[in-house]
Amino acid sequence: MSEYKVTQSKAPVFFEYFDRKDENRHQTHYCPGCGHGVAHKLIAEALGDLGVQEDTIVVSPVGCSVFAYYYFNTGNVQAAHGRAPAVATALKRSNPKATVISYQGDGDLAAIGTAEIVHAANRGENITVFFVNNSIYGMTGGQMAPTTLVGQESTTSPWGRRPNNEGFPIKMSEMLATLEAPAYIERVALSDAKHILQARKAVHKALELQKQGAGFTMVEILSPCPTILKMEPVVARQWVHDVLTKHFPLGVFRDHKPEFTPVDVPQKPIAELLGITGSKLTEEEKHSRRQHTRAKTIKVAGFGGQGVLLLGQLIAEMGMREHMEVSWLPSYGPEMRSGSANCSVTLSHERIGAPVITRPEVLVAMNEPSLRKFGATVKTGGVILYNGRALPEDLHYEGVSVACIPASEIADQIGSARVANVIMLGALLEATDCLPFTTASHVLANFVKNQKLAEMNEKALAAGRDFLDKEILVGAVAGPDGCGE
Amino acid sequence: MAKGKVVVNQDECKGCGLCVESCPQKGMALREELNHYGVHPAQQVEDVCTGCGICYYVCPEPGAIVVYKVVAEAPRSEVLNAATV
Ligand SMILES: Cc1ncc(C[n+]2csc(CCOP(=O)(O)OP(=O)(O)O)c2C)c(N)n1
Ligand code: SF4
Ligand code: SF4
Repeated sequence: MSEYKVTQSKAPVFFEYFDRKDENRHQTHYCPGCGHGVAHKLIAEALGDLGVQEDTIVVSPVGCSVFAYYYFNTGNVQAAHGRAPAVATALKRSNPKATVISYQGDGDLAAIGTAEIVHAANRGENITVFFVNNSIYGMTGGQMAPTTLVGQESTTSPWGRRPNNEGFPIKMSEMLATLEAPAYIERVALSDAKHILQARKAVHKALELQKQGAGFTMVEILSPCPTILKMEPVVARQWVHDVLTKHFPLGVFRDHKPEFTPVDVPQKPIAELLGITGSKLTEEEKHSRRQHTRAKTIKVAGFGGQGVLLLGQLIAEMGMREHMEVSWLPSYGPEMRSGSANCSVTLSHERIGAPVITRPEVLVAMNEPSLRKFGATVKTGGVILYNGRALPEDLHYEGVSVACIPASEIADQIGSARVANVIMLGALLEATDCLPFTTASHVLANFVKNQKLAEMNEKALAAGRDFLDKEILVGAVAGPDGCGE
Repeated sequence: MAKGKVVVNQDECKGCGLCVESCPQKGMALREELNHYGVHPAQQVEDVCTGCGICYYVCPEPGAIVVYKVVAEAPRSEVLNAATV
């Protein structure tokens, strides 16, 4: 009859083992008596109770809690110092069903990240911020924070904080509660059992409100940092109760439905916004159109001014017209003219996760430095299209097809060095079959209004294709002397 | 036999003493001996536990404390409401 049953134990939202350490992997990295651990436990418990673990993304900050991702078995992103609310904004907007948490210290939120928190709150982002206020910079060894109390010593206010020199402590909860948009803001304290249980309720409430789509929610958690305060854990906790709470009064500063009705931004396809949709296609038609396209990851690199970024844009726009998923990611060198520039283009039949390409399937190298920089990154089975008569003697590429196209020279003959990139486009389409030529013509015609240039572009496109077709055996691995066999 | 009991993971505990200080029944203490990591871990020393769960909530470590209760399984919230804090 009287049998013991577990009523409290480690929340399942925590990982079973924390990979941060080699041994004692069930222990956190926090100092003994640190409030971060208690805050983590309250959050983990609430996520479990609300049944949202699988859909939760925790953004960890810079500060002692930077390693939160070792503990929460949820989605995790680690943001730059102070930027967690901005990162959380993006995560929430792109995953509206996710529960998104911005976990931040007081240095992170109230100093370097002041702008991000104010604007996320002001926009009423439907995220939950857990703001751990321990009145000091913990991780870096005890510098003054915006929340450091008047008279409180720190390594950067060794005589105690003086308002005439360092200003007064900022009460973030009160400040944010002056904004219209926030739905819920409460300050709690991890100062004793009673207050910890109050904090537990506030944490749960904030996350529940987010789940209901209430808008911006924040719980400011006054928290002991025994190490920096140089106090025994029990004393530090008492200090939070006796001192910190007196300066940062506990309570609910905001608990209302925001006045504005959230406007559903119509999620128009980008092609529609840009007015390049063409005719409306059914899913089936789209599918059949996709038969004529191939997924590819493409890197285009060269000098600024060679139309490198533009070539990438053209390919991406062609992909959009063919109802592919596309991304175009430019990367500039220090100077645009004659500096190096490159862009990454992904053509895909699936949603694209990340636009970064480290190992492209196709490289268009408009000059030798670009070839040297990216040639070796091309995937086995991939294609290198090089703007030149022959490869430099010392370069060899195993397992990739190389084609050398003297695009700059051909462009000169056509009448303008500016069309070299279009010649490479012609060669690329011929070599990879990723997109139809007719689409290239349409996109180019749409892009160039000048009649003369439009004609040159057409010639260039054909020249690139023909050069590859006639003079190069695509698929052959080039010898050091040139291109193809 | 007390209504509750707690088991402290002797390695995970950092010896901060918050649970000892918070236990309403004064049933916890830090041990004389050091553990493998050089701290005096907490331990239940008196058979007075009500299973209120307070030590669990004040402890910063995710899994250092496991609380047991003699009752037929009660949901967490009921357990907490019953707690005198
Ligand atoms: C851009 C940038 N500036 C400064 C730092 C150094 N830095 C690391 S943690 C920290 C302060 C963290 O304090 P707080 O947010 O209060 O967190 P705690 O460590 O107290 O939990 C600073 C300034 C950094 N990592 N990055
Ligand atoms: S320095 Fe302070 S905030 Fe950081 S882990 Fe230690 S007690 Fe916690
Ligand atoms: S509160 Fe947790 S870490 Fe601290 S002494 Fe008790 S069991 Fe150990």
